Order: sequence, then C-alpha cells, then structure tokens
Amino acid sequence: MIELENVSKIYPNGVKGLQDINLTIDKGEFISIVGLSGAGKSTLLRSINRLIDISSGDIRINEQSITSANEKSLRLIRRDIGMIFQNFNLVKRSSVLRNVLSGRVAHNNTLRTLLNLFPQKDVDLALKALERVNILDKAYTRSSELSGGQQQRVSIARALAQEAKIILADEPTASLDPVTTKQVMDDLKKINTEDEVTVIINLHFVDLAKEYSTRIIGLREGKVVFDGSPAEATDEVFEEIYGRSLKEDELLGEENL
Amino acid sequence: MNQSDPLKKARRKRRWKFTTLFIILIALYIWAFSGIEFRGIQETAWPVTKNIIHGFISPDLSFIYSPDGEDLIRGLLETLAIAVVGIMLSIIFAIPIGLWAAKNLSSTSLISQSGKGILSFFRTMPDIILALLFIKVVGPGAYAGMLALGIGAIGMLGKLYAEEVEAMDEGPVESIAAVGGNKLQQLAFGVIPQVLPGFISATLYRFEINMRSAATLGLIGAGGIGTPLIFAIQGRSWDRVGIIIIGIVIVVLIVDLISSALRKRIV
Amino acid sequence: MDTKLNGPVPSKPSRWSFYLFLIGIFIIVLISAIYIDANPFTFFRNSENMFDLIGSMFPPAWSYIATTTPAMLDTIRMALLGTTFGMILSIPIMFLCARNIFRIRWLVEASRIGLNILRTIPDLLLAAIFAAILGFSPIAGIVALSIFSIGIIAKLSFEAIENIDNGPLESMTAVGANKLQWIAFGVVPQILPHFVSYVLYTFEINIRAAAILGLVGAGGIGLYYDRALGFFAYDQVLALILYTLVVVILIDLISLKIREKLL
Repeated sequence: MIELENVSKIYPNGVKGLQDINLTIDKGEFISIVGLSGAGKSTLLRSINRLIDISSGDIRINEQSITSANEKSLRLIRRDIGMIFQNFNLVKRSSVLRNVLSGRVAHNNTLRTLLNLFPQKDVDLALKALERVNILDKAYTRSSELSGGQQQRVSIARALAQEAKIILADEPTASLDPVTTKQVMDDLKKINTEDEVTVIINLHFVDLAKEYSTRIIGLREGKVVFDGSPAEATDEVFEEIYGRSLKEDELLGEENL
Repeated sequence: MNQSDPLKKARRKRRWKFTTLFIILIALYIWAFSGIEFRGIQETAWPVTKNIIHGFISPDLSFIYSPDGEDLIRGLLETLAIAVVGIMLSIIFAIPIGLWAAKNLSSTSLISQSGKGILSFFRTMPDIILALLFIKVVGPGAYAGMLALGIGAIGMLGKLYAEEVEAMDEGPVESIAAVGGNKLQQLAFGVIPQVLPGFISATLYRFEINMRSAATLGLIGAGGIGTPLIFAIQGRSWDRVGIIIIGIVIVVLIVDLISSALRKRIV
Repeated sequence: MDTKLNGPVPSKPSRWSFYLFLIGIFIIVLISAIYIDANPFTFFRNSENMFDLIGSMFPPAWSYIATTTPAMLDTIRMALLGTTFGMILSIPIMFLCARNIFRIRWLVEASRIGLNILRTIPDLLLAAIFAAILGFSPIAGIVALSIFSIGIIAKLSFEAIENIDNGPLESMTAVGANKLQWIAFGVVPQILPHFVSYVLYTFEINIRAAAILGLVGAGGIGLYYDRALGFFAYDQVLALILYTLVVVILIDLISLKIREKLL
C-alpha cells in the first residue's frame, strides 16, 4: 500500500510541482496518471521512490515512511520498487543480461556486485524475466543492438528480476510506435495480474489509460483533479483535466492498434 | 540613404577594429624581432648541418644492437617501459580525481571545483621540471623519468576523464539509484560501462604523448633513449644521432598507429 | 517467481580473450616496471629527500624574478616568432595534405607521411639538435619551435579543411575559378577561424615548450632553470616555476578570450 499525505513539491525556482496531494494506492492496482506535460505527473511518480525529495507531507510505502528514511532503509524500500523510464535508461554498451542483473544490486552485498559475481539464483531469475518478456535469446546481446521496444522490455525484465512489488512507469511508451506500445502495455498488464504487482504509470494517450488501468488519476497544475475508474473517466472529465477538449495526438487511435 | 547609415557605421567599426589589431600585431613583432640577437649564429652552422645530414644518410648501424652496454634497442625499450609504467601510475591517480572533479557526480559544486583545482595544479607542472625534481629524490635514471611522466599526466588525463563523465547519459545512473543501488553500485553499473571507451581512448591519446616525452627525458638525465642521444649530440657523433632519431621516429610511429587503430575499434 | 525456463538458454559468450588481454597488460606493465627498476620502496625510502627538497624551496627567491625577466621576455619572443614562422610554413603544407584540395594522390599521401614523421619528433629533441647547429641562442629555440608548430597547425588545419562544406567549392568551380581563386574564395573563408584558433592553441603549447628549451641550450628562461638546479638553489627554482606558471596562465587566458571571440 502506498499512502501520500499532504504531499507538496516546490522546485528551487519557485515552480509548484505538486500541491497538497492525498492518495492511497492499494496492492495490485493498475493506475494511470494523465495530464498535460508539466502537470506534475513525473514529479509525482519520482516522489514515490524519492528520486525527487518532496518539500512537505509524507509518503509511506507499506506503512514505512520513505520521506524520512535514512540512506540504508531508503535503498531497501527502493529495492522493492521497479522503475521504467521513457528513454529506457539502459547502459547501451552492456549486455542485456547485465542490465537485467543490475536490478538485483540491492539484494546482494556491494563487493559481490562490483565483481559481477551474482549468485546463480539471481542469474536464473534474470533469464526467466527475459523469457517472460520474450527476449531470452537476446540475453548476451549488447543492448544498443536492440530495437526501442525490445529495450523497453529489457527494462521491464529488470523490474521483474528485481522482484518488485510496485512498478513505476514514466511514459514508458512515449518513444515507441503503436504496435510496440501495445506489446509493452500488455507485458505490464500481465505482470500486474499474474504477480499482483502494483503498477503506476504516466501516460500521454488517454485511450491507453482507459483500456488498461483499473483507476485513473488526473493531474492539473500539480493537483489531483480526477480520481476514479476508467468508466467514470468520460470525455468531459478529460476536458477538465486538460483544460480543453482532447487533441488528435492525445489519442493513440483504435485503427493504429 | 538612411538605411545604409547603420551599415556604414558597422563597416567603419569593423575597419577600426582590424586596424587596431593590425597595429598591435606589428608592435608585437617589432618588439619580438628587436629583442633577438641574430648575430649569435656560429660560423660552423653549415658544416655541422652537412655532418648531420650525412649522419642521417649513413647512420651508425652498429649502435642498433651491441651485446654489452648501451644500444638503441635497449634505449628504446627503456623509453617504452617509462611510458607504460608512467601511464599506469597516472591512471591510478587520474580515475579517482577525475570522478571527483566531474560536476554531475558531486552533490555540491564545491566538491567538483576542488577536484578541478587539483587537476589544474598538476597540469601546469611541465614533465621536464618534475623529472628534475624526481631525479633529486630517486637519483638520475628511468625511474625518475617514469615518476615525472606519471605525475605530470594526472592533470590532463583526469581532466579528460572528468569531461567524459560530464558528457554521459545520467539515465542509467538514475535507474540504478531507483532499484536501490548505493553510490558504488551506481558507479559500477551506471557510470563505468558508459565512460569506459572514452577513458580508454583518452588514455591511449595520452600514451602517444608519453612516448614523445619519454624520448626527451634522457636529455636531462631521466632515462630512456634521450640519454645516449644527448651524449651523441655533445660528442658530435652525428651518425649515432641519426640512427637514434630514426629509431625514435619508427617506434613513435608504430605506437601512434597501434593506438589510433585501437581507438577506432573501441569507439 | 518460478525460474524454470521453457526455452533453451542462449550460450554465454566466452570472456577468455578479454581476461587474456587484461593479464597481458598486467604482465607488460610488470615487466616494464622491473626493466626500469621502478621499485616503490626506493621512492618511499628516499621520500625524505623529497621533503628536504620541498623544504629548501621555501621561501621562494622572489628577487630572482627580476633577474630572469629578460630571459622570460626572450621566452615569449621565441614562442611568438616560432609560432609565426610555423604558421607561415604550415599554410602550403596543410593544403598539400588535404585530400579534397589536390587530387594528385601520391603527392597528398607523401605529404601526409612526411607530416606524420615530423610529428613524432619531440620539441626538446629538435631544440637540442638546433642548439648544436646554431649555437646556444634563442634562434635555435625559434627554429625548433617553428618546425614543432608545423606538426600541430598543419595537422589540425588539414583535418579542418577536409571537413569543410563542399557547396562553396562547387560554386567556385562552376564560375570557372582557377585553383588559387578556388582556394581563396571557396576554402579560406571557411577555415580561417579554425586556423587562427589552432595557431593560438599552438602558441599556448609553445609558451610551455619555450620555457624548458633552455635546458638543452636553446635560450630563454630554461637556461636559468639549469643554472639554479646546478647550484642547488631550490628557492630560485621555485621562484622560476611560479613565474612561469603565472606567465603561462596569463597567456592562456588572453588566448582563450581571443579564441572564444573567433568561434
């Protein structure tokens, strides 16, 4: 369970990233966060694993405050939270397997990881994760040789190998074409239902949000302006979130899928 | 007419700027030329030049290898050894200082600035001066030369490393932080694999410079091929000078070739 | 998570060649270190020598700065004139070395090989030879630096020439220009800022080089390094080092400002 209590974030330049956010997210939910760029979607997501420090309020992961956690317990909390980025954030020169194994660093002692001596159990886990996203045959390939969609699946495999209880995905499909977008979303949905992993995802396309999620959160100027089921998220609701009617490029479009 | 006025003004300003620059340059050159004594050339210049050319045409081949004592091959091997051990010493110091000086790895600019300060300090010390100092510490010879090169290159190598780190993609580092990796793990999994090719390339580049420096260290008594060379010059045995310079050119060319081939492969 | 795989695991590529490479490098470094007697203990055993040395450097002999100022000015003159002659000599060479200017294949390749050979000869070595030819005077330093500068300026410039935009060249050909006009109007305007920047960069290197050329008898402040070290006057050595440092930094700053304006 993730709880956000009166969370605000003010950037040093005075920009209000988040304003008084209160949310409770249960285990196993598939949550899409939608809103204009600059509405605070990324800030919200990065606050949850404290890649961004919030200015006030408290965020608790399974009853443990990440906001006030020290270095060591912060790392332990992060160990259970996977993150998937828009531009994959893989080390392109490293092999696929090494990128997936990097998800296991916090499970092992530092010296072992530095010497690249991961236990066999971890290697098995990584290989299995690659198989689940259908790129097992690429395990020893250099990541730079993979297509965008395959690279994003590597980062999903990393979150799987990490045995994450929560996956945060920051616009994971923004640099992908419609077909790969669908595959990546299917992978995330599968992990969500089969492994009961909570998925929180920032999305640009509102139709994807409606199709995949169990709950949609709308952000506008750092405030939650909508929080409900996909069924409740009507076109009027989106107009409220976006401050205008939807544009063509905010819909992936059925014909593309 | 009004339109061309600003144009004319700009042109006049430009011309004025060029004239000033021109006058400054002329003054500089008058100052430079008037200060140099051109009478100082010795009358023997031409015969010596002839001897040197003759020395290059018929170099002292017997110096290439002699079973006992100093010869070209040993001198060149020693030069190579100075450059190799020197670069190793520089790497050991330059990596930590380079990472320290990289802006994007330190939490406050104070840290990286202090690292940069250390690097500039090292960079301003000429190899030769360092060699003279190390000769006083460990005695004349190759060891002093190696220390001079090793310490002298830290500044440049560390700066190149820091620039490489500053140019990297920070995403992978963030993703290691996101899975709970500590600072060392972020370095090993996020930073090092990205910057390694750049580091190797910079090191090879510096190694090329090391070879040239190592060849001259002997001129002041810090080992390598420069030692027999300065004796040969002082003793006016130009056929020996010829063979030594030919030897240096060949070895440096080979090192350059290997190094540039390696650099092309890793990028 | 159940880790039993359904498909075959791809075979792990061998890391042997990589490990062999690492071991090879280690052995080369080790043999080199033994070859030159680089025993770390010697260094630590003698480290008190170093502290003595550093101790005897303080306080620096500031008065020496006044004594050596004429030599310092000579050093700057040497660097200035050496860079200038090097620049003039580089101009024909860089055009000869650029593949997109002259189509005479053998001439271009021969010039490039010649330039590469020239670049292998270190500055101090050139100075030692010219000091033997011309006598111990700044002229030897100027000649050595001129030749040394060609190696840097011509190399950087011909690479810049090879990277220029082809359009203006084609238009010059189209209007029927001869080779010299073609270079003057098609090539020169494109590379001039780069060329000036390289010359200034070479000047920065030459100032550093000129400061030590005196050690092999080629004039300038280096003569005083030699003298002070010969007399074990380390306080004078430190004064010289600091003096050189200030001059080098000042010239770097001026040069950097001009280069920034150019590009």
